[in-house]
Amino acid sequence: MPTLQEIALKTDGADARIVSGHRMCSGCGIGPLIKTVLAASDKPVIVLNATGCLEVTTSVYPFTAWNTPWMHLTFENAAAVAAGVESAYRSLKRRGKIDSEVNILAVGGDGGTYDIGFQALSGALERKHKFMYLVYDNEGYMNTGNQRSGATPFGASTTTVPAGKVSNGKPQWRKNLVEIVAAHRIPYVGQAAVHNTLDLYKKAQKGFNADGPAVLAVLQPCTTNWSFDPALTMQYSKLAVETNFWPLYEIENGVVHVNTKPSNRKPIEEFLKGQTRFRHLFKPGNEHVIVEMQKMIDDEWARLLKLEESGIQF
Amino acid sequence: MGVRKAITGAEAAAEAMRQINPDVVVAYPITPQTPIVEQFAKYVADGIVDTEMVPVESEHSAMSATVGAEAAGARAMSATSSQGLALMWEIVAATPGLRLPIVMPLVNRTISAPLNIHCDHSDVMGVTTVGWIQIFSENAQEVYENLLLAIRVAEDTRVQLPAMVNQDGFITSHAVEPVEIFDDAAVRTFVGVRPLDRGLLDLQHVRTIGAMVLPDYLLEVKRAQEEAMMHVFEVYAEAGKELSAITGHQYPFFETYRTEDADAVIVVLNSAAGTAKVAVDAMRALGKKVGLLKPILFRPFPYAEVRDALKDVPVVGVLDRSMDFGAYAPVYTEIRNVLFELDRRPTTQSYIYGLGGRDIMATEIESVFEELLSGKLDPEHQRYIGLRG
Repeated sequence: MPTLQEIALKTDGADARIVSGHRMCSGCGIGPLIKTVLAASDKPVIVLNATGCLEVTTSVYPFTAWNTPWMHLTFENAAAVAAGVESAYRSLKRRGKIDSEVNILAVGGDGGTYDIGFQALSGALERKHKFMYLVYDNEGYMNTGNQRSGATPFGASTTTVPAGKVSNGKPQWRKNLVEIVAAHRIPYVGQAAVHNTLDLYKKAQKGFNADGPAVLAVLQPCTTNWSFDPALTMQYSKLAVETNFWPLYEIENGVVHVNTKPSNRKPIEEFLKGQTRFRHLFKPGNEHVIVEMQKMIDDEWARLLKLEESGIQF
Repeated sequence: MGVRKAITGAEAAAEAMRQINPDVVVAYPITPQTPIVEQFAKYVADGIVDTEMVPVESEHSAMSATVGAEAAGARAMSATSSQGLALMWEIVAATPGLRLPIVMPLVNRTISAPLNIHCDHSDVMGVTTVGWIQIFSENAQEVYENLLLAIRVAEDTRVQLPAMVNQDGFITSHAVEPVEIFDDAAVRTFVGVRPLDRGLLDLQHVRTIGAMVLPDYLLEVKRAQEEAMMHVFEVYAEAGKELSAITGHQYPFFETYRTEDADAVIVVLNSAAGTAKVAVDAMRALGKKVGLLKPILFRPFPYAEVRDALKDVPVVGVLDRSMDFGAYAPVYTEIRNVLFELDRRPTTQSYIYGLGGRDIMATEIESVFEELLSGKLDPEHQRYIGLRG
């Protein structure tokens, strides 16, 4: 396992697979996140990018931030495009037209993954194409200004389910993507967060090296639409883990392993505070929403620990 | 000389794909395209081809994965019909802009609603504006040869655009006909091998494919796409000449049948052109001077050449197997556009026929010819063949 310094040299050295000059928001975590994941591959990486923040900020013609083969097609099909590339790779290799080794990485945001791209993802996982799917999860359609997605948490105000006089924001909990993809019996699923570079790097490495499809879900706090100081992205990512809102865990060959267990989990208010999307929860009369959210988080956490303890295979 | 086999139009498409032996085939089954992918899957299962075949979970993913494979540098194919084309429309529309020369058989079937699995051209006529080369086939023989030709036209460096090869659902796709299949080695030499050509797997040339292009450059991209489309005419003619050396057949942009000295000509696509030839012969036997023009290359549309073929014809009837509600029907629109430049224009009449697989009989086409010759025409209002009263 390399040190942080060694990873930094790989992400920003002469062979960097994505370079500076992109147009991500100041303080956006997608940059460090994608750099870390790309650095974890010991082979050339072909990137298939769904429509979203990463795509629009890195490929505005006639410029590109990509120093690795990269393609964008549309929103809902990064996994299907990756399946096509992987099939071409196997075919051309078998026919002796190429002899190089590559890793194939599909990338999408939560909208392109939990929602509109879900069928293509499920199909590609079921067919067991060898590729890694990376979702950078900023909990909504942040590229287009904070609309609700299947990953938006309970209680968050979005422009399509705003908090109002009779609304406390999203009334449903988000879907559990990690468990859903694990149910496809794929060799590796990891949940990581952008602030923990070593954990993210290790999980990306495992995903690239898995004998079959792998999925990596990474929390990416959105400074623009969660609306916090751009200096605090890593802080919010860390708080999400410390409150058990976003546990760091992995499911390797069906076996659950929780990577980080906060000894004293912080109350969820610590994570909610300072984010505009949760501001309404701190108004008098809305205390019950936070109580309910805390209970959901604690129940989910207890369930996750039980899954790990049981040793039951996904 | 080839070998004559009794096969369907769908099997003829699969035969062409067997000889092409693409690197990747991605498909999702849909009536009446299904026998193409079933036959091809059998070739894969028996080791007759060594294509990587990917049976995906939807047509949207079918075209997405086909695009991924083609962008990677492979020769990739798919096949579809009707609702399948509608579901993959988003990616079908994106493919020409990415300049990916995917060749796809399209088995023409009506678009819902109402639900109906039979033939008309409402599927293809919904995609003629997005930039695919469109080739139409009267019978199984043409399906087979047009697919081989399409590979060469699409992949030519002057073109680099996708192509659909159309055939009528059930009427052609499921009817058994004698089809002459030409020598595997000769055909394989003709279709050649697609070069890696700076695809995603060409690691020596790292490329960004599918960049976001804003108002400052988009017009230029689209203009380049149109120029590529205009190159199709010369490439189609050149490749057609080469294919002729194998098949002995000609590959014109359109076929004319007994149009010399004709007093009336019918324009119709695909299988109905075969029926129309029977009607033309019957009329000619009665001394009535009528003929047929069958468009083959529909995108790009050979306006000048069709104009030249129709310039001396007094009356032109156009039979459309789809409608453009509130506007002239698609083929009729093209023929009206063709004629506009003439000083002395033929009279035209639009007919709608065969929707949802309704049969068109030679006698009905003879009645159309009689009507065209009678002069009782109304160019601004379409008429319906066989409409129940």
